[in-house]
Amino acid sequence: MAVTEAPSTAVAPGPERGRLLDWLTTTDHKKIGLLYLISSFSFFVVGGIFALLMRTELARPGTQIFHPHAYNQLFTLHGTLMIFLVIFPLLAGFGNYFVPLQIGALDMAFPRINALSFWLLPVGGLTILSGLFAKGGAAAAGWTGYPPLSEQLGTGQDLWIAGLIIVGTASILGGINFIVTILRMRAPGMTMMRMPVFTWSILATSLLVILAAPVLTAGLIMLFADRRLGTVFFDPTQGGVVLLWQHVFWFFGHPEVYMLILGAWGIVTEIIAVFSGKPIFSYRGVVLSFLLITALSFSVWAHHMFATGAVELPFFSVTTELISVPTGVLFFIWLGTMWKGKLRFEPPMLFALGFIAMFLIGGINGVWAASPAMDFAIHDTYWVVAHLHYVLFGGTIFGVVAAMYYWFPKMTGRMLSRKLGIWQFWIQLIGFNLTFFPMHILGLRGMPRRIADYAPDRGWSFLNLVATVGAFIIAIAMILFFVNIFLTLRKPRTAPDDPWGANTLEWATSSPPPAHNFDRLPPIRSDRPVYDLRTAGGEGS
Amino acid sequence: MSSAAISTQERPSRELSGPVLGMVLFVASEAMFFAAFFGGYYTIRANAKVWPPPGIPHLKIDIATILTVILVLSSVMVQISLRSIRAGEQRRATLFLGITIALGVTFLALQLYDYSQLGFGVKDGTFGTLFYVMTGIHMAHVFGGVVFLALVFGQMSAGLLSPANHDPLAAGAIYWDFVDVIWLLLFTTFYLLTPR
Repeated sequence: MAVTEAPSTAVAPGPERGRLLDWLTTTDHKKIGLLYLISSFSFFVVGGIFALLMRTELARPGTQIFHPHAYNQLFTLHGTLMIFLVIFPLLAGFGNYFVPLQIGALDMAFPRINALSFWLLPVGGLTILSGLFAKGGAAAAGWTGYPPLSEQLGTGQDLWIAGLIIVGTASILGGINFIVTILRMRAPGMTMMRMPVFTWSILATSLLVILAAPVLTAGLIMLFADRRLGTVFFDPTQGGVVLLWQHVFWFFGHPEVYMLILGAWGIVTEIIAVFSGKPIFSYRGVVLSFLLITALSFSVWAHHMFATGAVELPFFSVTTELISVPTGVLFFIWLGTMWKGKLRFEPPMLFALGFIAMFLIGGINGVWAASPAMDFAIHDTYWVVAHLHYVLFGGTIFGVVAAMYYWFPKMTGRMLSRKLGIWQFWIQLIGFNLTFFPMHILGLRGMPRRIADYAPDRGWSFLNLVATVGAFIIAIAMILFFVNIFLTLRKPRTAPDDPWGANTLEWATSSPPPAHNFDRLPPIRSDRPVYDLRTAGGEGS
Repeated sequence: MSSAAISTQERPSRELSGPVLGMVLFVASEAMFFAAFFGGYYTIRANAKVWPPPGIPHLKIDIATILTVILVLSSVMVQISLRSIRAGEQRRATLFLGITIALGVTFLALQLYDYSQLGFGVKDGTFGTLFYVMTGIHMAHVFGGVVFLALVFGQMSAGLLSPANHDPLAAGAIYWDFVDVIWLLLFTTFYLLTPR
């Protein structure tokens, strides 16, 4: 049956209706996708400024700018925003825009719920940020919010809880929407095993979201009840269990990190195939890896808790090392795809290659941490900060920027500047490594994370200064990125429908696509329908 | 191929429709939500030396048993309603959906009365914490289910549902059965598996 409420082909938005109102009330998955990107990049700027402020404070020993309590708020808000309101929504935004296009659908399955799940995001994000104006300041217990600290802080912590519940609800609604869309709205001929790998990655992400996000919601409700209703979930003096929070949080939190990277894997796999001029080395291998990782990600959470002494070390160590196997398979598939290909080093490909190299480091330093002996030494040090940023910045953000260069012509009809893109790539790569590579060494030298100050005689000063310089170099790369977007948006729409010689269905429609997505669909007989169309020499038209 | 036909093609009837599939996924998500609370319950209980903790009056099983009967009965009623609409018996379907909603409201009222009789509160240690938070969240779900079914009742009374198109009722019934199953787990946990 028809479940879509998408505007019919005859839609002609009245010019008098007002563009602003049109954007506020839209249920078009493409506009909602763009709204996701706009919102996420806005929060990215805020979270990035918080990061620069932290790096400025840490450039030298001593407290120069921030009282430690203010610093605690900074890293809490930086982490919370980047994870819940930047990285995940960026991938969800690309998913919104491109999943219906890639499977040949008119829109998402539930367009109004789609609009709701977007609009809840800025509401949740601003709720969290509004803590800055509360008595006692914003949330300051880190993005992981461990009790007892998170039970002792002021109103800002309640706003953090409320904001995260709103954001979590939004992502669950979005996840359901994606799964139903992918399972029910595919065009004729688009079988599951012909779906683009990016669509597969969004399907896997959505499964993780609907099964893991509600667990965080439950934990947040327990935390709130402890804070405001006098319950004792996490209060050991009353019979509660303080580690219960860590179990609940990481049961969500480890699937969460795969929610933050699966979409980027999908994007990068697609881009590498297109810019190598070859099919994906093993399409089935990619799909199987995604599914294995999705399943295994529910069995690794307690590797965040090795140092508590209250978890089964060998079990969680082995499952964590196990999950690196399908991840490693992906690396070989990427290499195999490029092997003997005609590589074109356009900006999307550069960022995809940067992704592979950086994510490799982030993967390897993560596997080391899976060994309990190693973990005891580096737990809660800057090593962890290095690992996390190699995965989420070196990984996902490089992948997201690759996706922006790749899909920008489809979304706007305009090509981003190649020259600025190449400059951005090198500056970003250098700045990133300058910032985060020294953190490995700082971690091994015992520098704990989440500290606003350190003694000058610990041997940490120089590397911290290097990291701070690197952070500002990243900022320059990001400014170039936004300048590139801004300048390009002022140019006329000249991008062709398929500027890259790509494979997947979104390139079969105009740039940007019409409101109803496709005037005509090419026949779908493989996982590369647009390639088939191109090589068939116009047989299909 | 015309664009209008892309996503509105008919599917074989054995497949769940989009909205019903959406509800199945939502219920899966809700199941994980409750699983976290049950995980919390058994973690705290496993850490306690004595269970239930001293000083908590024993829960009386009489009202809870009536609550269980009411909710199970209501699940049967909503299924009869669903079968009726599939068979094209509009009035019968509306009647049994009405009975389902009435039983849901009765459940809520009786459970609130039960709360007033218990003699301990949410602040009374781990048992009070777990009992009130878990049954309270379940109660909120029953309330949500009643509202959902009431909206379906409105659609049904207006003649908007038919044997071919009754997704709202099918989805509502799945949700209602889920809420029922959660109550059975709560009843088992708090009443049957708590030593006297």
